[in-house]
Amino acid sequence: MRRLTTTLETTLGRFGGVNLLPVAVALVAFVLIGAPSSWLTLTVAGLAMGMMLFLMASGLSLVFGLMDVLNFGHSAFVSFGAFVSATVLAGMGAWLTADSWVLNSLALAASYLAAICFGLVAGWFFETVIIKPVYRDHLRQILITIGAMIVAEQAILAFWGGTPFSVARPHFLEGSWIIGDVSIEIYRAFAFTLGAAVFVMLFFVLNRTRIGLLIRAGVEDREMVEALGFRVDRLFIGVFMLGSALAALGGAMWAGYETLITPHMGAELMIVVFIVVIIGGLGSIEGTLLGAIMVGLMSNYIGFLAPKLALASNMILMVAILLWRPNGLRPAVK
Amino acid sequence: MSLLSLRQMKTDIGQYSVLHDVTFDVPEGGVFVLLGRNGAGKTTTLRSIMGLWQPSPGSVLFRGEDITALHTAQIARKGIAYVPENMGIFGTLTVDENLVLATANGRFDPARLKRIHALFPALEKFRDKQAWSLSGGQKQMLSVARAIIEPRDLILIDEPTKGLAPSIVAAMGEAFREISADTTILLVEQNYNFARSLGRDMAVIDDGRVAHTGSMESFAADKALQDRLLSLSV
Repeated sequence: MRRLTTTLETTLGRFGGVNLLPVAVALVAFVLIGAPSSWLTLTVAGLAMGMMLFLMASGLSLVFGLMDVLNFGHSAFVSFGAFVSATVLAGMGAWLTADSWVLNSLALAASYLAAICFGLVAGWFFETVIIKPVYRDHLRQILITIGAMIVAEQAILAFWGGTPFSVARPHFLEGSWIIGDVSIEIYRAFAFTLGAAVFVMLFFVLNRTRIGLLIRAGVEDREMVEALGFRVDRLFIGVFMLGSALAALGGAMWAGYETLITPHMGAELMIVVFIVVIIGGLGSIEGTLLGAIMVGLMSNYIGFLAPKLALASNMILMVAILLWRPNGLRPAVK
Repeated sequence: MSLLSLRQMKTDIGQYSVLHDVTFDVPEGGVFVLLGRNGAGKTTTLRSIMGLWQPSPGSVLFRGEDITALHTAQIARKGIAYVPENMGIFGTLTVDENLVLATANGRFDPARLKRIHALFPALEKFRDKQAWSLSGGQKQMLSVARAIIEPRDLILIDEPTKGLAPSIVAAMGEAFREISADTTILLVEQNYNFARSLGRDMAVIDDGRVAHTGSMESFAADKALQDRLLSLSV
């Protein structure tokens, strides 16, 4: 087993390391699926799903890595983001269905902005009231954040009701592009593009700014950052708010993807989000992206090739990767 | 007035009392050495000064100001730098990123950077390398360089020679001598010969208590005292 993993590491390292893992998975799937059009449709769907999972998981990964906080309540931001966004979209129905992409875009932007603002404010509240008293106590963190998740779900139930909530899509994101035999859903292409833009922005902030440098250093050694004269506790609040806002944006995009949402959607997605964070490696944005894309691709490929295995595919992927790399694909701390 | 004064400092870690009534003064200038056996409380003393563990009761005075209750970041901004035993290097950051993080405004003072590169040439050679790929000695150089990238009044250094090759230890000694010309160093060290070659004043901690304070010269001359406090035969 050890020899096999060493050989795998060496071969991968020669061709660009773990970054090429999704490419390898896609190539294997191409052979197994056989039909190029089906493969392309599944690949685009997998990438879009991966990008939305990335948005939901990136904040959790940073919070985990920087603050050592196990936040099981992260799903609340996903659910609230979805419902807040869907409510704004419902209120802007006329702009949404208008035959003008400008009005469509404004309605969509307003709904995402509302979700992000909600995530920022709720993140600040959550960190200050719920997380701060239980820093460095994992058992209490698990208990209190699960409690907060239940309260949040019940609040959604009380406010929006228990029946599935229908989410309107902007007119210009409806339908598919048909290229030959290939059908690419426009919303999926949009989700992939927006997710990629957020990744580039996050990558820039983390790698090219002083605040990003502080976050990366804080993930490695919080005490040392404080000993250099920086208040990490204040940095924590900022990162927590950012993570919550990203989760809310991810929820808003997922709502448009599913078009029917329930108060339990966040909790249902949370297992996959945790798998993404664990596969990617704690505290690493690049690792989270890699993990999210792997999960997105594998879910779609296995769902097509062996539908009975679809539910277990993420777990199998996680077990395989952890056997190979116990700290995940690209952990922040070496 | 002393640069740093510890007054009846007591530090508990969990249910264990590690320091008891620790009192000594660090004068301004030169190297002050803190000696003691393994587990005597030397590292706890440095961490308590930095606010990483909260002493209670007792006080830490820096230039006469009580800094006991301040946050670690506020203590650092008073002009106290800390080089921990594990070096505290950020492995995924490059050498230059490690250094720039310790600057006040995110920019290097060219004169100070030049001085650092003169003291530790390896840091100039490997400035774009990720710090985890450096050797143990280079990491220690980076840790010390980070402490002097800005002007400081006091640098707390915890066992800098641990696990280093003799040639690196000698280079580190030279660097400390130069740094101590304008910055006070409080050095915790197990390597007695290294400490003796640098120290002007010293204290010995034994079982969480200050067992001796005085000049390094008089301590070096008293073999019986060394044997009693450090169990050394040098």
